[in-house]
Amino acid sequence: MSLPDTLFDRSDPPRLTPLGLDGMLITFSDRMDDAANRAALAFRDRIDAEGWPGLRETATSLCSAYVSFDPATLPPADLQARLREILADRDWLAADLPANRTLWTVPASFEGDHAPQLADAAELAGLSVEAAVREICARPLRALALGYAPGQAYLGQMDDHWDLARQKDLTPTVKEGAVVTAVRQLIIFATSGPTGWRQVGMTRFKAFRPDDSDRPIAFAPGDEVQLRAVSADELERLAEKPLAGATHEAIR
Amino acid sequence: MTKLTVHKIGPGASVQDLGRRGWLSQGLSRGGAADRLALLEGAALLEQSPDLAALELSAMGGSFTVDAPTRIALTGAPMRASLDGEPLRWSASHLVKPGQTLALGPATSGVWSYLSVGGGIDTAPILGSRAAHLALGLGPKLETGTELPMGKDKGGPVEQILEVSDRFKGGDIRILPSTHTALFAREDLERFTETTFTRDQRGNRQGVRLKHDGAPFATRDQLGLVSEVIVPGDIQMTGEGTPYILLPECQTTGGYPRIGSVLPVDLPKAAQAAPGAKLRFAFVDRDAALAAHQSEDAQLTALKKAVRPLVRDPAKMRDLLSYQLISGVTAGRPETGDTQ
Repeated sequence: MSLPDTLFDRSDPPRLTPLGLDGMLITFSDRMDDAANRAALAFRDRIDAEGWPGLRETATSLCSAYVSFDPATLPPADLQARLREILADRDWLAADLPANRTLWTVPASFEGDHAPQLADAAELAGLSVEAAVREICARPLRALALGYAPGQAYLGQMDDHWDLARQKDLTPTVKEGAVVTAVRQLIIFATSGPTGWRQVGMTRFKAFRPDDSDRPIAFAPGDEVQLRAVSADELERLAEKPLAGATHEAIR
Repeated sequence: MTKLTVHKIGPGASVQDLGRRGWLSQGLSRGGAADRLALLEGAALLEQSPDLAALELSAMGGSFTVDAPTRIALTGAPMRASLDGEPLRWSASHLVKPGQTLALGPATSGVWSYLSVGGGIDTAPILGSRAAHLALGLGPKLETGTELPMGKDKGGPVEQILEVSDRFKGGDIRILPSTHTALFAREDLERFTETTFTRDQRGNRQGVRLKHDGAPFATRDQLGLVSEVIVPGDIQMTGEGTPYILLPECQTTGGYPRIGSVLPVDLPKAAQAAPGAKLRFAFVDRDAALAAHQSEDAQLTALKKAVRPLVRDPAKMRDLLSYQLISGVTAGRPETGDTQ
């Protein structure tokens, strides 16, 4: 059988790509790029504000916004036309980040068993261990996207020298709360599981708290997260506190 | 509050509803019933809201009792079913009284079977839904002795039936392009639509693996793909080039290439293909997909219209049913509460 040429349409970003019958991706870059991440966050915020009937859910990933819709109410062709109009409205790569984001400060230990690959990662980044911890905690990092587990945020971007490749061999399991790094990003693990990233620290933070009806999933895309270095003892003391000692405030 | 007591239950069973929306961007997939149509069928048979939760059973089934007269509906993958040893019709509603044992299973075809109850299973909602998320450990663990609360039944008829098309043996599945379809070579996409796939043994609520003869499927530069949103129905190629049809508990983002996405109306059929079933995929154009599409509201309305009373001649009923289910239930020997 011959397939229609439309199956092979893939223009350069920004690009609309139907994802099945009831989904649409708006892609701002085909490789990880900070401006594209900001664009995706801002674009999603704009779509949420439109509140079209038939809009079911929106989301972002690293460089794309995603719209889930009911095709019976909002025909895909109409949605595409509206999205194109909004795309043309402005330079989304230069858009401001949306309001209503949260700044989190999360205590983390970088000592002993809490940081089994810190020395390794520091060396690869060309830093002393002390300088590495200082840089990891130096500034808030943006939740570029969440995935793998509920509440698991990919935080970035760190400076270029943190562009560490993943390990060839997976670490069979890191614990919930572990801080791992690769490709200019940090993750606070929201579950325990295998990873190809290097574990450089430990928090007691639970990013997924299904019993907390208020905020069952701590982080949302676009939130800022700053780690605060504490001793291993202090980390255990804080573990008993609400949010394991983490604090949060609205970003104005 | 009335209770449904589990006496025996196979692995992979869980409480399910239509899942939770609104958490995709924070890494939690919609979840909910693997065969959403079966939940709608249960709601139509019991004349109640499709938002109520039911029991999703895998092939082995289970046995159950109630502590008050309870309307039930049996939908999804057909199972052998009996009440105190008396065969029960599938895709139908029945009344179960205290003291009677409802024995379900094994499935005669398909993968996911549903036991809906009047008033719904009334476990505590988590993030807006009662749907268990097995990969995350959300929802009650079902085992011998588990007592599940049931909501108040507003009442309605029983002994109603639905004629449903057989979606339990694989077949032709219609797909539309997904994130990475355009990155596959034309000859690979053509080969994909010309290949007969077999549902592998490996599968769960996250996705089911397909196997095929011939070369693996891959895109150019597929290790460099940026992670994108994933939804149930996407057909994802793993690193080894083997397709998986992703189901309600799939991850929310990922960087493996997705060759297509199953039409929502064909997803129940894709999910119900049991190990060994054959599946073939065909790209359809968007207009054809839209013409075939029915919202879940529209599906429920149509199902409600299709519900019919079970017509039978009481004098002949016992013989007739045992004739139809001759290879099925052993009559007169009710399941006891033994564990497996």
